[in-house]
Amino acid sequence: MSVELDVFVGNTTIMDQEVYQLWLSGYTVGDAVKVRMDGGVLDGCDASAEVLRSDTMDQFRTFQMCERLLHNPAKLANQLLFQIPPDRQAMLIDRYYAFDDAFVREVLGKKLSKGTKKDLDDVSSKTGILLKSCRRQFDNFKRVFKVVEELKGPLVENIRQHLLLSDRLARDYAAIVFFANHRFETGKKKLQYLTFQDFAFCAGELISHWTVGAMDNQLEDMDVDLDKEFLQDLKELKVLITDKDLLDQHKSLVCTALRSKTKVFAEMEASFKNLSRGLINIAAKLTNTKDVRDLFIDLVEKFIEPCRSDRWVTIDVNLYLTHYINSAHILDTFKHQAVWNSLWDELFKMLTDIQHVTVCFLVKMGMVASGASAAAEGTRATAASSEEPVPVHPTQFTTSISFSFRDMLNVGCRAWPHSGSQAC
Amino acid sequence: MPGKLKAKIVAGRHLPVMDRASDLTDAFVEVKFGNTTFKTDVFPKSLNPQWNSEWFKFEVDDEDLQDEPLQITVLDHDTYSANDAIGKVYIDIDPLLSSEAATVISGWFPIYDTIHGIRGEINVLVKVDLFNDLNRFRQSSCGVRFFCTTSIPLCYRAVVVHGFVEELVVNEDPEYQWIDRIRTPRASNEARQRLISLMSGELQRKIGLKVLEMGGNAVVGYLQCFDLEGESGLVVRAIGTACTLEKLSGGGATNNAQHTANSSPSKDMKEPVFGDECPSNPLSSGPSTPLRAPPFTSFSPSKSYSRQSSSSDTDISLTPKTGMGSGGSAGKEAGPLKILLRQQTQTALEQREFPFFTLTSFPQGFLLHVAGVVSARSVKLLDRIHNPDEPETRDAWWEELRQEIKSHARALGCHAVVGYSESTSICEEVCILSASGTAAVLNCRFLQDGCLDVLSEHSRGVVVFFCNRCDDSAPPGCGFCHVPYDELNMPFPAQLSPCCCCHRTKVPDVLFTTIDLPTDAQVTGKGCLIQARLCRLKKKSQGEGNATCISNLLPFLEYELHTQLLNKLKLCGMNALFGLCIQISVGENMLVGLASATGVYLSALPSPGGIQIAGKTPNDLTYDQHVSSIQRKINDTIVKNRELYEIHITEVAEDVIGSPIPEPRQRSRLFRSHSESSDELSELDLSHGKKDAFVLEIDDTDAVEDLHSLLTDAPTPPGFYSCNTEIMPGIYNWTSAIQMFTSVRVFRLNNANLTNLGLNKIFNELCENLLKSLYFKLRSMVPCCLCRLNFTVAVPEDELIQVAVTAVAMSFHKDQTQEANKAAQAHSQMKAIAETEEQLQFPLELNAESASPLSPKGSAPSVDYSSFADRCSSWIEQLRLRAHTIRRGSIKTSSSPLPEGRSRSLRSTRSFPGSSVSVVKMTPLSFIPGAKIVKYLGIINMFFIRETTSLREEGGVSGFLHAFIAEVFAMVRAHVAALGGNAVVSYSMKECVFMENPNKNQAQCLINVSGDAVIFTRESDQEGHLPQTSHPQPTEDTPP
Repeated sequence: MSVELDVFVGNTTIMDQEVYQLWLSGYTVGDAVKVRMDGGVLDGCDASAEVLRSDTMDQFRTFQMCERLLHNPAKLANQLLFQIPPDRQAMLIDRYYAFDDAFVREVLGKKLSKGTKKDLDDVSSKTGILLKSCRRQFDNFKRVFKVVEELKGPLVENIRQHLLLSDRLARDYAAIVFFANHRFETGKKKLQYLTFQDFAFCAGELISHWTVGAMDNQLEDMDVDLDKEFLQDLKELKVLITDKDLLDQHKSLVCTALRSKTKVFAEMEASFKNLSRGLINIAAKLTNTKDVRDLFIDLVEKFIEPCRSDRWVTIDVNLYLTHYINSAHILDTFKHQAVWNSLWDELFKMLTDIQHVTVCFLVKMGMVASGASAAAEGTRATAASSEEPVPVHPTQFTTSISFSFRDMLNVGCRAWPHSGSQAC
Repeated sequence: MPGKLKAKIVAGRHLPVMDRASDLTDAFVEVKFGNTTFKTDVFPKSLNPQWNSEWFKFEVDDEDLQDEPLQITVLDHDTYSANDAIGKVYIDIDPLLSSEAATVISGWFPIYDTIHGIRGEINVLVKVDLFNDLNRFRQSSCGVRFFCTTSIPLCYRAVVVHGFVEELVVNEDPEYQWIDRIRTPRASNEARQRLISLMSGELQRKIGLKVLEMGGNAVVGYLQCFDLEGESGLVVRAIGTACTLEKLSGGGATNNAQHTANSSPSKDMKEPVFGDECPSNPLSSGPSTPLRAPPFTSFSPSKSYSRQSSSSDTDISLTPKTGMGSGGSAGKEAGPLKILLRQQTQTALEQREFPFFTLTSFPQGFLLHVAGVVSARSVKLLDRIHNPDEPETRDAWWEELRQEIKSHARALGCHAVVGYSESTSICEEVCILSASGTAAVLNCRFLQDGCLDVLSEHSRGVVVFFCNRCDDSAPPGCGFCHVPYDELNMPFPAQLSPCCCCHRTKVPDVLFTTIDLPTDAQVTGKGCLIQARLCRLKKKSQGEGNATCISNLLPFLEYELHTQLLNKLKLCGMNALFGLCIQISVGENMLVGLASATGVYLSALPSPGGIQIAGKTPNDLTYDQHVSSIQRKINDTIVKNRELYEIHITEVAEDVIGSPIPEPRQRSRLFRSHSESSDELSELDLSHGKKDAFVLEIDDTDAVEDLHSLLTDAPTPPGFYSCNTEIMPGIYNWTSAIQMFTSVRVFRLNNANLTNLGLNKIFNELCENLLKSLYFKLRSMVPCCLCRLNFTVAVPEDELIQVAVTAVAMSFHKDQTQEANKAAQAHSQMKAIAETEEQLQFPLELNAESASPLSPKGSAPSVDYSSFADRCSSWIEQLRLRAHTIRRGSIKTSSSPLPEGRSRSLRSTRSFPGSSVSVVKMTPLSFIPGAKIVKYLGIINMFFIRETTSLREEGGVSGFLHAFIAEVFAMVRAHVAALGGNAVVSYSMKECVFMENPNKNQAQCLINVSGDAVIFTRESDQEGHLPQTSHPQPTEDTPP
């Protein structure tokens, strides 16, 4: 005796969120039943595993039928096949397009091609996310990419409107699309300490300041591509390192401003030229697609790591960069007013972004460092403890990160209660 | 040439990609009616074409209008090869033919293909201009309305119930025609769908003609069935009850009336205050007598309840409507009664060929006595229908069966059969025809022409009852239980005992019926679903031998089902069954019987005794122990069940839930149809001692089986109740959360040589597991009740058993205590007031939208309500005129201004801003909890075929059927929405024939569904809240 056919169809489509999640996670019916059993869904019900299996099967089938519609969320709202209340529809879409940070970290910046898709089983075994779920997430990335590829206008808004995603998801997808489009290198070991949210923040900064849409408001908005002209202009910055006088002048200006404001002043002074060279070189090379891809790894190698080896903390870097940018501005107004004026805004923008990005990276560094040698880092952290990191702290930053940063500071404060007064 | 059909193709969306190269489609549409076809232009390269066609006009006879569906075919234009069909939409235009139903069909319809399922949607606009045809010899019956609902539709009242109508149409099944060998499956399926659509149109027209002949204007309880007889043809048959209905101008009664009605028969006494046209609805269920007319004003002093004469009510307002008499007797009805002829009596019924009624619930006072279930079955051998125009054989078969039913009813001392239904089961060339109903004695007054301006929804009957008190009548709460047959000359052995309510007359120890629980019945505790399930093996054979074999088995099967039912009923501690439906399905090597009913404890009937187990082999100690352990188990179960269903018999008087009438009025005279035997209490009460005489002997296998099935039935999980009737006694405070569902299971019996016993066990488990699954799925709705649990069994193949269930889960508020109950009644009574307030307020509020909606509206007491409403609604229309708000052509002679105006005003509320897809509720019940039905838009009767040649790719049989059922729901919803409705009531899935051939990767399924499309408005939750009439926003079914 066997059940040949077993279906249940409700006028209002019945969906259990828990089962939906299991389905999204790529569980087979059998595994899902096991998970549900262990989760105690049968407690208090006079039902057997068979009943549970039948229920799970039904729902999995329903989700499968819905999947076609979920590929085009706008369709879900005006399709007739399933009667689903609007709030449920929103839930279905959001959950379907949700992704695992661990997974996205693996494919971020990779080309969303068939080749990458083939490698998903590696990703799956590495992250522990079931292959089916990996495929869904990957296909989602690809689908969103395809939808917004040709569209004009602000990227986040496009994603939100065409795929009916929540604000947060839309922003995340914008980052994914942006990274995939420029193929930013994110997989190197040195970048491993960064989470997806860190990159998403960077993407947000870049989208809002470096892209065509950002430069040329309204007209022909294209958020996906970097502004070529801007990148070209950045080449002009080279003068800051090639002109010896200018370099010296710049250095003295920055040093004057920083003196006695930081504990690592000596190191700053010593490495000024190196760091400046590193930064300007990165900026100058960005016309090259290959170098655009390496933007993040370069930043880490050329700027962040030296800073770190000198034991700077976030606040130091922040100070340094602020003054670096400001002094360069003064420098300019003195010497090349006529030629440079138009460029300065852009340069400023670029450097500010780099500042934001590096600060963001460094925050993470600090965390890593603090984990390694809490006491040593504590001393430095306290130096900045009185200054709120908020002004430079990215708003998109996940709360968990900022909390951990703050936690770290607190630890420092407690360890060195007297040094808290040293503010800048 | 009395009709002009106009159709306009507006747009399409979500079309499938037909051109692989461009990933687009060049779509155009063919619109066909009868033999005329129009085409739209090709809309190139789009999946969302905007045709915006002209109006295609078809000038046709109304006969064709009734028979033919409008056929819309979407195709993909192909320059070089034949155009590819994308799919079709069949639109039944019948709802447009009645002035009171829908006026326009407009909306998105799923484009359906029998091979691919739904492929996109198309927006269509359809109108009909109808010219009146007064030709007496016409063949059409436009305007006769059909209702699937098996009670008088809410918001209507029956002026006359004319009686039984039936018709039957036969044809050759296209699937079996020679041409089928050379055409594609798609063509064959479409031919079938079209033919069935045509046949059901024809059937409705013919029935309509009969109704007109009888002087009626509607068919209630319309039940249409298909018999797929295979080689020998296709039969479409229908039965129904012809009525003359009249719309209550005030809009519908709420269902509240229906389910609270249980409690007190006299609660609706306020009705007469308002008179016939009263815009209120009788939903209040207050305490009995004190609620009569006068108190009303005190509840709502600001309202004027003066009668407003309505121009629309053409009928019987002949009588001057004298004010409501005080106290118990309504003087109002006396007038018409005097005026109208009274010569007809019971003979009126007897003169009829078949005094049958397909209704299952009746106005109070209609049903005098109920005797029990009568059923008849016959086994027939099918042969080819030679002449489709003369379906005499089939007619004769049914005729025979009906005669038998009639004679059974006679034997029970009854002159009528209520809750009547017919069904068939076909296997190869053998066909079992079944008919069943409940023998009953009716109040003849309701059946006479013109006599009855009172028969309507539940409340009115009460009035009749009171005003007729001089006539034969019985106490309301228990009267229907009293035996109509002669005690000394009983047709079957039964134990009679005095009625526990009135102690005057005799009642049987148990009562089986096919009807719904009468609203005034006094019930103790709650009810529950009771099922008897049985399988019997049968030898495979052919032709006559097979038929003989089946007919030999049938009586035993029925007997055993009956015994099982009785046992289970006793086990539940109950004494009556309602909504009994016995299904017997025949397969090649087995017969399957499934009897479902709702058990209740009728206060009038004696308390059921226990069940005693007796072993036949005495002196065996272990055996005795076994017996006694079983006995103990059974006793425990009975006690547990009584607890579960709140049956506390010792304190009956208090426990008659919701029955504020302590004791029905005593009546000394008892109505007897045939015999005038003594109805005194003088005889010895022999029956009392027999209470516990129900003995099961467990020595023979049958008894073991019985026991087995008795004890394996799992009780419903806590928080759940189930019944197969419309309402569950003891539950009144429904929430608005409803969830209709269909579940289908097919079991394969792999074991080749099963015994009867094993087979039974399997079948039992199948049903039990199915129920368990339902409970589990719907656990989020707890506390909830599964109502109208409708099981259908079939034996589609040798070793397959198919069970399909359609039901609705309705959740209710938990506080079910007496107090809460009373509070709820008071509450609903308050609501009733609010309701009337709304009714009066409606036009005013719309008239001045800026004004405070809560302004006292007593200001228009003497305004002619109807014209007022009319004016307002047209005014509204100006405000909200939308493209699809189309009035009928001016040529149409409308019957009265009111319905027209009303329908327009409703129409203008059609488009819900915001969501593009409006929510359509579906329910197998005749009401929607917490809402009132304001308009019936027409019958939905749809037939679909789906076939696949890629079964595995579509997710196997389950995936295939799941998708198909979802598609059927979607198409029903789309049609209802296009008619302007927001719900389907009395929905049922009549047929679900599933065939598969996994080896060939093929499957086919046929589904037939029906129901009534309605517009409902939600009662606002807060008292004094705005009436939602202007925006019937459908609330969602609860998400699980």
